[in-house]
Amino acid sequence: MKILVPFKRVADPENANKVKVPVGANGLGPKIETTGMEFKPNPFDEYAVEAALRLTENGTAPKARLGEVTVVTVGGPEADQTLRGALATGADKAVRVEATDEQLDGAIIARALAKVVAQVGPDLVLLGKQTVDTDSAQTGPMLAELLGWPQVTFAVQITNEGNGSLLVTRNGDGGVQKVRVKLPAVVTVEDRVSYSGGVTSPPTPATHKYADGVRFAPLPAIMQAKKKPLEVKKLADLGVDTALSVKYLGFEPPPARKAGVKVKTVAELVDKLKNEAKAI
Amino acid sequence: MPNPLYESEIHARLREQARRFAKKEIAPNAHAWEEAGIFPRDLLPKLAAAGIMGVGYPEAVGGGGGDLSHVLAVAEELVVHGESVGTVVGSGSHGIALPPIIRGGTPAQIDRFVRPVMAGQKISALAITEPSGGSDVASLQTRAVRDGDHYVIDGDKTFITSGTRADVVTVAVRTGGEGHGGISMIVVEKGTPGFTVGKKLEKMGWWASDTAELRFENCRVPAANLIGEENAGFLAIMMNFATERLMLAGNCVAIAELAHRKAIEYAKERAAFGKSLSGFQVVRHKLADMASKLAAARALTNEVVQRHTQGEQVASLAAMAKNVATDMVTEVCDQAVQIHGGYGYMREYVVERLYRDARLYPIGGGTREIMNEIISKFEGY
Ligand SMILES: Cc1cc2nc3c(=O)[nH]c(=O)nc-3n(C[C@H](O)[C@H](O)[C@H](O)COP(=O)(O)OP(=O)(O)OC[C@H]3O[C@@H](n4cnc5c(N)ncnc54)[C@H](O)[C@@H]3O)c2cc1C
Repeated sequence: MKILVPFKRVADPENANKVKVPVGANGLGPKIETTGMEFKPNPFDEYAVEAALRLTENGTAPKARLGEVTVVTVGGPEADQTLRGALATGADKAVRVEATDEQLDGAIIARALAKVVAQVGPDLVLLGKQTVDTDSAQTGPMLAELLGWPQVTFAVQITNEGNGSLLVTRNGDGGVQKVRVKLPAVVTVEDRVSYSGGVTSPPTPATHKYADGVRFAPLPAIMQAKKKPLEVKKLADLGVDTALSVKYLGFEPPPARKAGVKVKTVAELVDKLKNEAKAI
Repeated sequence: MPNPLYESEIHARLREQARRFAKKEIAPNAHAWEEAGIFPRDLLPKLAAAGIMGVGYPEAVGGGGGDLSHVLAVAEELVVHGESVGTVVGSGSHGIALPPIIRGGTPAQIDRFVRPVMAGQKISALAITEPSGGSDVASLQTRAVRDGDHYVIDGDKTFITSGTRADVVTVAVRTGGEGHGGISMIVVEKGTPGFTVGKKLEKMGWWASDTAELRFENCRVPAANLIGEENAGFLAIMMNFATERLMLAGNCVAIAELAHRKAIEYAKERAAFGKSLSGFQVVRHKLADMASKLAAARALTNEVVQRHTQGEQVASLAAMAKNVATDMVTEVCDQAVQIHGGYGYMREYVVERLYRDARLYPIGGGTREIMNEIISKFEGY
């Protein structure tokens, strides 16, 4: 199986307190200040890579690749390090579509990814369900629409049925849903897909137990990742319509949290929940 | 503190892996393992599977490649993000036990003693120090007498890191006459008749790392376990010490980094006289002094590691780096406790533990005084 995994470099959410928004006219900042912030791969994309690797290997002998995983990002050269990280984890190839954040919105990214899909020719596009910076959860669904492929969002478990279809368990609003989807397809994943039983895929024996979470990259793999192919493409060369449909007008930080209050009695708590917070 | 200048993307990537491992596998258990006085053995195969165990050892012996700079980078992430110094040093005892075997051992010895440790299946320890003295290595008394295809070993070792569980012990023994010309290295395996492990020693710090007395009584070890030439062990021990001291200096930098971070956090959170502690210039200056000394020790340690990986003989510089780093960590941990006030004296605060852990460093791996002896000798005073 050939799998494409869109892979984004995001500001580390653990350092969210370092985010600064310079104040501009009418209280809105022109941009988010990113200097001094640490960057890492979007965790949901890392889960997607882990799932993709499990779908393209025998878990008992993971060194022999039985399929191909290509990671792709749309961004500047600083994202190369992020891609190299995914290559060290085990992805086979990487593609970066050169672009700056100001040139991009979700729709342009989806259009660029659709072009990359046409060039790479995957059977499956696996994405994180959302990125932890903007949390919009749009890219997967928009890409599926552009490709005209079936999509399953919020996957927690994927079984490769081996006959060109996947059985995907997804988290829905009212509970879990099992969906059979024909390839080629777009699937977006949650963290649980990287748990021990997150992926079932022959020839990995059903008895094989993966460790929970994304695998670690040992030093030799980190060194080899430098030699794996990383292709850079220009947004313009892909023939992507680069007209922005979303324009950022300004930024402001969320209001600071107000201090809490201590209540003396349960009755007071209920009263506050009812009349102040209007939560019950 | 930005990563050291000479560190590459490879180091950065490796640090990410070690950090993720530490947060996932060590940090949640750090306090419990330290209080229990030992980390669980099943951490070792996990370290091996994550590729951390083999960092710094050739792939040809089951390691993952890389050099001492990678070892220090990984150890720092494990300490800073795992927050259990005992676990890191205990699970790292192969760092001093295996290099003599890797350098001087035969392929058969490497298969038998090194590979299973690299795979996390066996535990290794280095046994040099004896109850009668550790500083004066050349006077060690444990005897190994050749008897046919065996050596018969008699003597005691003490303060041996990972000693209670070690399957493979690299032991310094006297095979020849007095002095450093009569010392050899030999491997003794767990279960060898005549080899017994005394009690687990109760320590000031490094709690999650077990430390033991080992006893050899009429202990017959195959002559095939001798590492390298007979009576040529002292040089191997000295070479090993140089890397051990740099690893210990790296530990000091890591511990101080963690103590400094904890002190900053606390100084910002805690209020006194109507403002945060960090609102007082005295506290800010304490933090600034800690950061400065840490940066200096880090720079020297990295410089010597760099020289070492380039093949220079660094016995004297390694001793200097160790002393600078141990002085630094002693002071930084002391100040971190001070900034925490009474809470800094309480067991549930990490700085209390770091303060105790830090006390080992001017003693273990050669004392502060012995480092100065080495420097004096090499510098020709
Ligand atoms: C937690 C822990 C773990 C350890 N792990 C190991 C291990 O895994 N393997 C191992 O082999 N050993 C290990 N050691 C032992 C350690 O290396 C020794 O404790 C150390 O080398 C000092 O030896 P000693 O304790 O016998 O002290 P001594 O040699 O008795 O020294 C006592 C004091 O006298 C001073 N002194 C000695 N000679 C001189 C001199 N010439 N000039 C000035 N001052 C001098 C020393 O500096 C020291 O202050 C460990 C120790 C500890 C505490």
